[in-house]
Amino acid sequence: MDVGQMQRTWVEYTKSLFREGFLDAQFTQLQLLQDESNPDFVVEVVSLFFEDSERLLNDLARALDQQIVDFKRVDAHVHQLKGSSSSIGAQRVKNACIAFRNFCEEQNSEACLKCLHQVQQEYYLVKNKLETLIRLEQQIVAAGGSIPIEELSF
Amino acid sequence: MEGGSGGSCSSMEKVMGNYGDQPHVLAVDDNLIDRKLVEKLLKNSSCKVTTAENGLKALEYLGLGVDGRNKLDTNVSKMNLIITDYCMPGMTGYELLKKIKESSIMKEVPVVIMSSENIPTRITKCLEEGAQMFMLKPLKQSDVKKLRSDLMSCRR
Repeated sequence: MDVGQMQRTWVEYTKSLFREGFLDAQFTQLQLLQDESNPDFVVEVVSLFFEDSERLLNDLARALDQQIVDFKRVDAHVHQLKGSSSSIGAQRVKNACIAFRNFCEEQNSEACLKCLHQVQQEYYLVKNKLETLIRLEQQIVAAGGSIPIEELSF
Repeated sequence: MEGGSGGSCSSMEKVMGNYGDQPHVLAVDDNLIDRKLVEKLLKNSSCKVTTAENGLKALEYLGLGVDGRNKLDTNVSKMNLIITDYCMPGMTGYELLKKIKESSIMKEVPVVIMSSENIPTRITKCLEEGAQMFMLKPLKQSDVKKLRSDLMSCRR
């Protein structure tokens, strides 16, 4: 594949992620923050997001597994995850967290567990998409091209 | 609804002093990703950034002991702006704001509160306690550029 083709693939793939709601405008903000002084910024932030989210998901599973569930603690974890997913533009994860928090308030264990599964699902989906996107970006850069962020204004 | 970008220019002038082109900002947030983001946003606006993960660490950095007594070699004179998240475990951003405004040496430093939740009573509370501005998360580059230019517009 030549650089032009890779770039077009990147644009189409990114647009589809926005269309399907996996990513929102905040992700574009992230892309815009990347510059020569910090050429790996997006990868760094996304990697942090992966680490942080997986830790939170584990904490959530553990917290919901307790005999007596500490809903304040569960809510605190979900709040964190909602925050990070919102900050990187992982829209579906964020929305799943919002629903989750409502059930924390109701102190409904069963519903919370369902929400956790929903959040996990959305997280792994977006993780996969972001890894694919980053791989595409790295291929473009390795071939001497640049990421056509300007093509995203639609 | 974002908080007004008001606040007295004279208090800003007292602190801006001679920071040259690089104001020193202390960014406080318990979320790792948000800390990284706000740091980049501020650096992109030519700010020097120090981050803290909670209110206590922020106060320590500022030289404001928990017991209220101030250390001699504080980082105060070098701090031009404090930007803090509202929702943090232990000490909230509001509580941190209060401590800063209660301190005789730090009270002139502008404090900006960030929150992912748009709650009018929360915003009012912070502004009334002396917050310079209230910003809604997630922060965008344009938000920070505006904040930066507000800081600049108070310099002669």
